[in-house]
Amino acid sequence: MPPVTPVHYLFLSMALFTIGVIGVLTRRNVIIILISIELIFNAVNINLVAFSSQFASISGQTFAIFVIVAAAAEAAVGLGIIIALFRNKETVNADEIDLMKW
Amino acid sequence: MYQALFFLFAASAVGFAINLLIQRHPIHSALSLIGVMGSLASLYLMLGAEFLAVVQVIVYAGAVMVLFVFVIMLLNADKEEPSDRSKMAKYLGLPLLFLLLAMITVVIYRQFPEDAMVQFGDFPGQTAAIGRLLFRDFLLPFEVISILILIAIIGAIVLAKKEP
Amino acid sequence: MLSEYFSAVDFLLLKPAILLTIFGIGVMLTDLLLDERQKYFNAVTALVGIGFAAVQMLRIQSQMREAGVSEVEAFRGAIVLDGLGIFFIWLFLISTAITILISFRYLEIENEHHGEYYAILLFATVGMIFLAIGMDLITLFVGLELMVLSIYILAGFLRGDRRSNEAAMKYLLLGAFSSGILLYGMSLLYGMSNSTNLRVIGSALSQRPLGDPLVIMAVVTIAAGLFFKIGAVPFHQWLPDVYEGAPHSVAAFMSVGPKVAAFALLLRLFLVPLGELREQWEPLLIGVAVATMTLGNLAAISQSNIKRMLGYSAISHVGYILLGLVAGNETGLKGIVIYLLVYVFMNLGIFTVVVAMRRRDLVGDEINDMAGLMHKSPVMAILSLIFLLSLAGIPPTAGFLGKYFIFLSLLETGHYTLAVIAVLYVAVAIYYYFRIVVVMFMQPPADQELPSMSLGIRCALGVTAAMTLFMGLYPEPFIQLATGPVLAILR
Repeated sequence: MPPVTPVHYLFLSMALFTIGVIGVLTRRNVIIILISIELIFNAVNINLVAFSSQFASISGQTFAIFVIVAAAAEAAVGLGIIIALFRNKETVNADEIDLMKW
Repeated sequence: MYQALFFLFAASAVGFAINLLIQRHPIHSALSLIGVMGSLASLYLMLGAEFLAVVQVIVYAGAVMVLFVFVIMLLNADKEEPSDRSKMAKYLGLPLLFLLLAMITVVIYRQFPEDAMVQFGDFPGQTAAIGRLLFRDFLLPFEVISILILIAIIGAIVLAKKEP
Repeated sequence: MLSEYFSAVDFLLLKPAILLTIFGIGVMLTDLLLDERQKYFNAVTALVGIGFAAVQMLRIQSQMREAGVSEVEAFRGAIVLDGLGIFFIWLFLISTAITILISFRYLEIENEHHGEYYAILLFATVGMIFLAIGMDLITLFVGLELMVLSIYILAGFLRGDRRSNEAAMKYLLLGAFSSGILLYGMSLLYGMSNSTNLRVIGSALSQRPLGDPLVIMAVVTIAAGLFFKIGAVPFHQWLPDVYEGAPHSVAAFMSVGPKVAAFALLLRLFLVPLGELREQWEPLLIGVAVATMTLGNLAAISQSNIKRMLGYSAISHVGYILLGLVAGNETGLKGIVIYLLVYVFMNLGIFTVVVAMRRRDLVGDEINDMAGLMHKSPVMAILSLIFLLSLAGIPPTAGFLGKYFIFLSLLETGHYTLAVIAVLYVAVAIYYYFRIVVVMFMQPPADQELPSMSLGIRCALGVTAAMTLFMGLYPEPFIQLATGPVLAILR
């Protein structure tokens, strides 16, 4: 079997990134859109960790820790907004969020 | 062995991600994301990033996803009705996805030499090294991100609390 | 030992940001002691905090002058305080201060007067400061997240109002999405250079071969993420929606502070690490700038909601500012800096008028709500006229100054077609800005309720109008002011 190189990890990360982007663009449930965005952040982390491994330097992994913290904070605020929206509108469908042109 | 494990976890990550995309119910998508994160944590271990693998499981798969599942349950979110756009995604999206992936593979494959990578256990004392880096080179962002967490706490409370 | 790694200078440079954070936390604590009628005290606390930060900035600047240095590096290269950074920090402090001035009467009317509002505004300012002085991918990313996360919350601050909820939701989904794309580009930059320092990345990138696909991928993802943040076509759709749905005072803030901060990030990334790759991103930038001007100006014509119209007008201004980067010479960069300075005052001015239109039982964001303003409040009508003239770019107001330098730089670098297109769109802009003027001056008032005034709104109107006129009539000191920062980038 051929050895596993950074290319393999880059490819995996690109695949997850693309799936995340497609999820954001096509799904209508705001919770699933938020989950797809988490997937994008994870794709970024694979890149960072793979590069960090390749260079044998830690700074990429440290960057990944910051990304995880920011993603968690964003998820917390996002879910807070979803709850506020649901309280007023009883829906989580992005197509029904239409008071203004979408 | 290393190769077999890589392909196993990579395939399971992509599989869970695709499952996330095609599930109709948000709870299934959330559970698929936990699967993706678990596979990625294993890959981080194989890359020698033990600390990050543990953080991934505890913070991401543990805390963040529990929050997601909790909100889905709280809102009693229902299945999503397929709209015209999601049908379009099915017929147009997947072929486009594979096309894009194929192109990018070719592009990236030319870029990198076939280096040997660091593997599990090759980075001795790595968690300590991360700590040193966080408190020296990256002290400033480390301190600033504490404000970010404070804002997230305030924001979640301000937005989600009931009207008085 | 810690002292091997950090010196007192590092922490001195951070003083403005530290003070803003402390006052932000302080506002939330004192808020608990205040009853309903004393909430204006929160605004005073926040303003005092900005005052302290401004004093510290002055001291840092005088110390830098005494030491004879034009830039200071701190935290092992994580931040660099240069002329451009100082300039942007002042713009952020001013726009946050004016936003606080116009906020408290508005929040009172909306019945959402909480201390958290001011705290989050101050935290957002801290984030913007790190965007302006960051020299490291991680610092820039953390500053960006700090800023946008604060604005998501502020946009949804009117919890009972569905439009506000929706604005926050849209902004969060698209903002987080664009952060993800930007981050992907940043991870590729790290992968090509093994460093998160922008200067190291710059020198690593300049050694890559021309047309390297990985570089192109990084440029495209970073550009897409940044275009989202500044609201350039084709990533502009969120902007009018969010302006329309967000509370008036927050829309005012978003249209200046965070926009200038996003431009600070864009200038940093495009000029430092990607500066060597100019041939690769210049065609992209020209296309985006022209499309942005076209769409912003044409879509603004048919709007009936004034916040939405100002959203599209903000998009068109982004197009003009990008043209300065296309030209890229000293005049062009000077044009960007002056344009941003002028833009902060004139845009805050017109948004202050919109905030004053919010009365007890009237949302006040339709253009027709301004009918007969001339009869109700002649002073405000004339000040709005000044702001609108300036937004359209007609002399002797300040807006002309910004556009003048942008056009001049385009002519200097031989982009004649672009200059002609840009001038033509000024004519379109005059048309839609004057629609508001006609409604204000010609139409009879629909109701008799006067605009809601407060001391803060009066001050804000006075300052913004005075600056808009003064910069137009006597531009010399402001051109001087812009030259220093520009020389700092070009060096």
